[in-house]
Amino acid sequence: MLSKRVIACLDVRDGHLAKSVKFVNTKNIGDPIAKAREYYLDGLDELVFYDITASSDRRKILLDVVEAVAEQVFIPLSVGGGVASVADATDLRLAGAEKINVNSAAVRRPQLIAECAEAIGDQNVVLAMDIRRVPPTPEIPCGYEIVIDGGRRPMGVDALAWAREGERLGAGELVVNAIDADGTREGFELKLTRLLSEAVRIPVVASGGAGEPSHLYDVLTQGKADAALVASMVHYGDYTVSGLKRYLHDRGVKTRMSW
Amino acid sequence: MIVIVDYDAGNLMSVKRACAEVGASAEISNDPARIRDAERIIFPGVGAAGSAMRSLSRDGTGEALLDAYRAGTPILGICLGLQISLDCSEENDTRTLGMVAGEVRRFRLDDPTLKVPHMGWNAVRVVRPHPVFDGIEDGDEFYFVHAYYPVPANREDVVAESTYEGSFCSALGRGNFVATQFHPEKSGRVGLRLLTCFAKWDGHA
Repeated sequence: MLSKRVIACLDVRDGHLAKSVKFVNTKNIGDPIAKAREYYLDGLDELVFYDITASSDRRKILLDVVEAVAEQVFIPLSVGGGVASVADATDLRLAGAEKINVNSAAVRRPQLIAECAEAIGDQNVVLAMDIRRVPPTPEIPCGYEIVIDGGRRPMGVDALAWAREGERLGAGELVVNAIDADGTREGFELKLTRLLSEAVRIPVVASGGAGEPSHLYDVLTQGKADAALVASMVHYGDYTVSGLKRYLHDRGVKTRMSW
Repeated sequence: MIVIVDYDAGNLMSVKRACAEVGASAEISNDPARIRDAERIIFPGVGAAGSAMRSLSRDGTGEALLDAYRAGTPILGICLGLQISLDCSEENDTRTLGMVAGEVRRFRLDDPTLKVPHMGWNAVRVVRPHPVFDGIEDGDEFYFVHAYYPVPANREDVVAESTYEGSFCSALGRGNFVATQFHPEKSGRVGLRLLTCFAKWDGHA
């Protein structure tokens, strides 16, 4: 049977590895290519790059980083950040990305999901959703709202409805990123993750809030996620990828342990 | 030199990069002459069987591949490359190359929590020792992405199996042809190990 995946997320800004707290106060913390190789050799199951570059030559910088990583990392590579067209997606695929994440542009224009699925295959289109907790309203009955543009713009879209719509349009996987938890290291949003995992038949990646190994265990069991995404907890050297996988394996979570 | 067959079926650069990583020089080509003359061939691919077969017959790459197979060239099929080597596929109800007897079926699973495509890391059990699987240990995990799976007609063609609800053939081999349903180029060290073995393989099982 399939193993639960540990995925490391590298936020890349101007070619450097960056880390934010609740999507603000971004700081540089190193070379993304070296980090990617280090995690790969330590048993990482999948790598995600998010481009948070603001400058106009952002696309070129990201393509260079992806290409350099693809030459030395032989696990699935997923890339996102500002993908707004099939051309963006195919450029990233040619540079070496396996999966393409769509986010803000898909909320603005949902058909983007279907177009990318047609061009690069359903299984390679990941719908990344940035989500914040809100009081339930008729418009947002599940109590979780989609936000875009790096968490700045609330869209008045219900997260549960959007997850189902994304699946219908051809997304092959969901990333559920809880921005209330992002960078806090206080644990994943278990309730949200479980809600969406049970609502769709495509794999769900939990994102935002990982700070301790038990957080991964919780979201992969109670939260019903197929994969857990980590950032700060490995970037700052507090934990290793292999150590996290050993922890999960020892507690009965099916994890890839030989690499 | 390894020739990676280009038939408009997905991104082949990752296969080429993985070959480079294990010290094997490789070129991507859709030229039938290059395929016939190749020292070794990798027949990769992701996508749908129907459109893949159309490309293979339009460009003459399918015929060239069959010629190389008959001539004894070591060939490694990956994912769709494996599926197309069988007689037929349920996908688009397609007649395929028929290098290995058998067919390709879609996963139909009873457990509603299991997802299709089967995507992620899964264990591989080698059921018949094969030079290309030298050093691969029982339970080593490889990366899979597929909604259809191969059903070889002859049990002796099955090289490895995996489990997704039921057991299915995850690698097969017949003579100088060997093929994996998983992606060695995306499967970390064990995947590179398999490619290293293929790069040395003389085509005798």
